[in-house]
Amino acid sequence: MGNLSRRKLITAGLTATAGVSGVAVAARLAARYGLIPPDHGGIYGPGETLTYATQRLLTRHSLAREFPRSQISKPPFQNGPPLQDEAFKRLQAGGFADWRLAIDGMVAHPASLSLAELRSYPSRSQITHLACEEGWSYIAEWIGVPLSHVLSVVGTLPQARYVVYFSMDREWWDSIDMADALHPQTLLTYGMNGGELPVGHGGPLRLRVPRQLGYKNVKYITRLTVTDSMKGFGKGLGSASPESGYHWYAGI
Amino acid sequence: MAAPRHSAFVRVTHWITALCFLALVVSGLEIVVSHPRFYWGETGNIGTPALFHFPIPASRSTVPTGYGYVMPDQNGWSRSLHFEAAWAVVLIGLLYAAYGLLTGHFRKHLLPAASDITWGALSREVANHLRFRRPGEAGAWSYNALQRVTYLAVIFVLFPLMIWTGLAMSPAFVSAFPAAQTVLGGQQSARTIHFFGTVLLLLFLFVHVAMVCLAGFRKRMRAMITGRPGA
Repeated sequence: MGNLSRRKLITAGLTATAGVSGVAVAARLAARYGLIPPDHGGIYGPGETLTYATQRLLTRHSLAREFPRSQISKPPFQNGPPLQDEAFKRLQAGGFADWRLAIDGMVAHPASLSLAELRSYPSRSQITHLACEEGWSYIAEWIGVPLSHVLSVVGTLPQARYVVYFSMDREWWDSIDMADALHPQTLLTYGMNGGELPVGHGGPLRLRVPRQLGYKNVKYITRLTVTDSMKGFGKGLGSASPESGYHWYAGI
Repeated sequence: MAAPRHSAFVRVTHWITALCFLALVVSGLEIVVSHPRFYWGETGNIGTPALFHFPIPASRSTVPTGYGYVMPDQNGWSRSLHFEAAWAVVLIGLLYAAYGLLTGHFRKHLLPAASDITWGALSREVANHLRFRRPGEAGAWSYNALQRVTYLAVIFVLFPLMIWTGLAMSPAFVSAFPAAQTVLGGQQSARTIHFFGTVLLLLFLFVHVAMVCLAGFRKRMRAMITGRPGA
């Protein structure tokens, strides 16, 4: 290889050094600005991290499309049967009068809220698209209290980075970052299409994160925990989904 | 040493793209198995009529397929692989586009001569292909006009269309750039176009490989791996 000159070697060496230090600097900056998702490790970590970081830079404040009432899917599509759980059925039989939403973690005033208390907060309704990772979708009106309002009532501490949410369906728990938690369209929903949120759609309370896929919109929410780190929650990957191969961030 | 048939940059990006495309097709079809129905417009689900569907069993029990069983659910790794390969092919594609513009690769090797893109010249080229006429010695060192038009269409129309329709399915991306979805007619339309784009890319792949075999599999493969078409 006579033409592999010293100049070429030096150029290649410098390029490689610049590339490696560029990646290192990018990683430091990304960590400082909260652009690294909890499930950044493993062979699929780079794709997840690139998607999350890019979308956080591009979409931090953008609003999900809202639709006119005429676009609401009729009948509302229900994915699977309602929760079959004895404790849940007892609460349902009592009209969810004994149901409570527990809020704990990095908050100034931990709380246990009834449905009536949640309904007394300022409500917001929005007609948005819900897309499942499988490929199907529907449009519905969702009525509830913005999560940001509930968080301001309990007073999140400044170091808060994630809101973890737990379902009465014990297989499901998930978390979102503060950008999504404080987003005006992120709602704790108790109503749908003008009425109460049906049990089949996650009633009495479902978290709607309209800028992420269906699986982040966990049904039967019963507890919120505010935290600065996802370590200590499950395998520390941010939610139950990465434990079965899915990305934590589902803005895709 | 004479200049190689394909530059090292073109060879490396070609094979990375080929590998990514394979990963995208396998994982993409795996995702389709979880809901083998396609729709047009904003929404679509098992309660709405499908534009078309595949008569295969699904990997999710909620989809009525008429089969008494459910396929193994492979969506987790399929989705992760799909997005990772998509990132890789987008980044490599951007590098390739910069290289192609800066080095004159597109202008010199892919842009057909004006005299070659007349109907007469192109139909002669199509006729030669349909007669399975092997390319002459010149074909080992340069692309014919039909090849050039096809490659340009794949690089500048099909790949960008796949990236666009992929992003148009993303609720977060669409929140920042709603027009990416609305001009297509909705999220379900984007999904359906994404699927037809896959069909066209697969069609290209089959013809591409068939042509490589016709022209001499060993010679063409050697040219794309080592850069030298050889004897």
